[in-house]
Amino acid sequence: MSILINENTKVIVQGITGRDGSFHAKKMIEYGTKVVAGVTPGKGGSKEHGLPVYDGMSEAVKATGADASIIFVPPAFASDAVYEAADSGVSLIIIVTEGVPVHEMLKLDRYLRSKNIRYIGPNCPGLISPGKSKIGIMSADIHMKGSVGVVSRSGTLTYEVVYNMTKAGIGQSTCIGIGGDPIVGTNFIDALTLFEADPETTAVAMIGEIGGSDEEEAAKFIKTMTKPVVSFIAGRTAPPGKRMGHAGAIISGTSGTAEAKIRALNEAGVEVANTPQGIADLLADKILAGAKK
Amino acid sequence: MKLHEFQAKAIFRKYSIPVPEGSMALTPEKAAEIASGFPGKAVIKAQVHVGGRGKAGGVKLSSGKEEAFATAGTILGMDLKGLIVKKVLVEKAIDIDKEYYVSFAIDRAKHMTVFISSIMGGVDIEDVAKKSPESINKSYIDPFTGLKDFHIRPFLKQAGLDKDACAQASKIIKNLYKIFLETDANLVEINPLVLTKDNKVIAADAKMDIDDNAMYRQQEIYDMVKDELEAQPEHQAKQKGLSYIKMEGNIGCIVNGAGLSMATMDIIKLYGGEPANFLDIGGSSNPEKVKYAMQLLMGDENVKVAFFNIFGGITRCDDVARGLISAISELKVNFPIVVRLTGTNASEAKEILKGSELIFEETMIGAAKKAVGLVAR
Repeated sequence: MSILINENTKVIVQGITGRDGSFHAKKMIEYGTKVVAGVTPGKGGSKEHGLPVYDGMSEAVKATGADASIIFVPPAFASDAVYEAADSGVSLIIIVTEGVPVHEMLKLDRYLRSKNIRYIGPNCPGLISPGKSKIGIMSADIHMKGSVGVVSRSGTLTYEVVYNMTKAGIGQSTCIGIGGDPIVGTNFIDALTLFEADPETTAVAMIGEIGGSDEEEAAKFIKTMTKPVVSFIAGRTAPPGKRMGHAGAIISGTSGTAEAKIRALNEAGVEVANTPQGIADLLADKILAGAKK
Repeated sequence: MKLHEFQAKAIFRKYSIPVPEGSMALTPEKAAEIASGFPGKAVIKAQVHVGGRGKAGGVKLSSGKEEAFATAGTILGMDLKGLIVKKVLVEKAIDIDKEYYVSFAIDRAKHMTVFISSIMGGVDIEDVAKKSPESINKSYIDPFTGLKDFHIRPFLKQAGLDKDACAQASKIIKNLYKIFLETDANLVEINPLVLTKDNKVIAADAKMDIDDNAMYRQQEIYDMVKDELEAQPEHQAKQKGLSYIKMEGNIGCIVNGAGLSMATMDIIKLYGGEPANFLDIGGSSNPEKVKYAMQLLMGDENVKVAFFNIFGGITRCDDVARGLISAISELKVNFPIVVRLTGTNASEAKEILKGSELIFEETMIGAAKKAVGLVAR
């Protein structure tokens, strides 16, 4: 088991003929992900990395029976691509695109939820279940199959954490990047719920950052979990009122600070590491202690 | 992207939301001229992006042309919480009977637009939320149905407005929602929304924050803020695909990824140093970006050490190394550079950088300690 994806998940790459879409489609195929087709309007009938390219999502899904789609479409066209995916029959949509206007996201979110479609992102690296499937842009070689679930709002910071985990011999069940935007389809609680129910996952690492209250909400949820959770929160030194690279990483007034998040997590019994490396040490302790809270 | 009050009010006028008579001035002369254009008192308001301008002395009343000249003179050039006032808004003072609060914002947790209103206007809404939460109304709006009368009704009732004032307020709130949608705003706020003694409803203040991600389709707003925006080093960096925020410390950071950039700043602080900046060079490996990043650090006279923290993935460490080599050969870098490269093509990168004066560290913690140590010397 793993969450959301496995070795049988069939994926379509939307925007497969673009620079990023093509590059990452190739990397996903090399990893062993079942990439079954690509979609680029106007490029139907051509081939990319030996895969058929279709003009639209509905014909691509009809022809391949795909379950999931990953979107590498520029921000101005991304929401159209997501609606198209939603109407095509896939049940999981991963939006890698950074820069989708938040008003577009409000509508997309409402629409996708009404159809019960799970989406991840936008502005996210996607997800990987080591040894099974990778639907995303993370480099595969830092990962190792194992039993720790990783959920994060950030990309490279997650790679740093995972790299240190793997070096310490701690493998991962699934690593999921939920994205750095203010509105994201899958939040910490959603991911924690899935990890709690996954028999292969024994502990979870949650990597948060300043902005919003997703970590505080997650802290309340963690109290109800049976599996141990450790955390790292980025942005202790971030000044208020400035967007720290991610559209969602902003302290507004007095809300969304790292201190408040760390306090909420500590109160819920979650140990918060001081450094990204510290996550691996905390996990090693938990696993040695029998992985029971 | 925050708009100044005078810019937001220009948009309000376009959408028929009544605002006090007045305009923006860059000099005391101009301020006096504007003030003499209407009878009675004038309000002179500093146009800077800080909260609590009034309390900090950035909003003052004046009567007559000469006093307006003098008052504008004291506000222009004033340091308001670290920002120098370069513009003032000069407006006709209004006769206030009651003050309310209305805004549209994005509720991140609920994934919805929220209409927030309160009968306690003219003060910081965060304080009102703490002290008298019962005075605040919130209605959530479905993007597919839009704002409806039932969203507004609880506020109109609580405010106790008469029929005429209700109609005015209702029209203002509907037009405010229109602005919120059509300008891709994260926030549009009127605080206070004023009921004057002659029963007129007026937006006495205006706050707008536009979604940076939507700037590509907000040309009019971009033109409005262009000059001020383009003068900022943060914006110049953004044009080159870098995300930069200046801080007060002396350890310059160059990192890939926003989360890792924040974590790098945090770790510097944890080991007793102070970061000079947040700088995310993004996912690509363009050597030109690395060079530009180095120039940004050199432009900050506080920087005593540079800390490169690159986690190769999509970003290839050897590309970053090439950028670094060209930067140090072309620019006269006068501070030590601590480098930590891990991930894709890290060994190739180390080969490229062999023999240079760069200081290598294997781990993020090691590199942070090294950088802090170098500053302390």
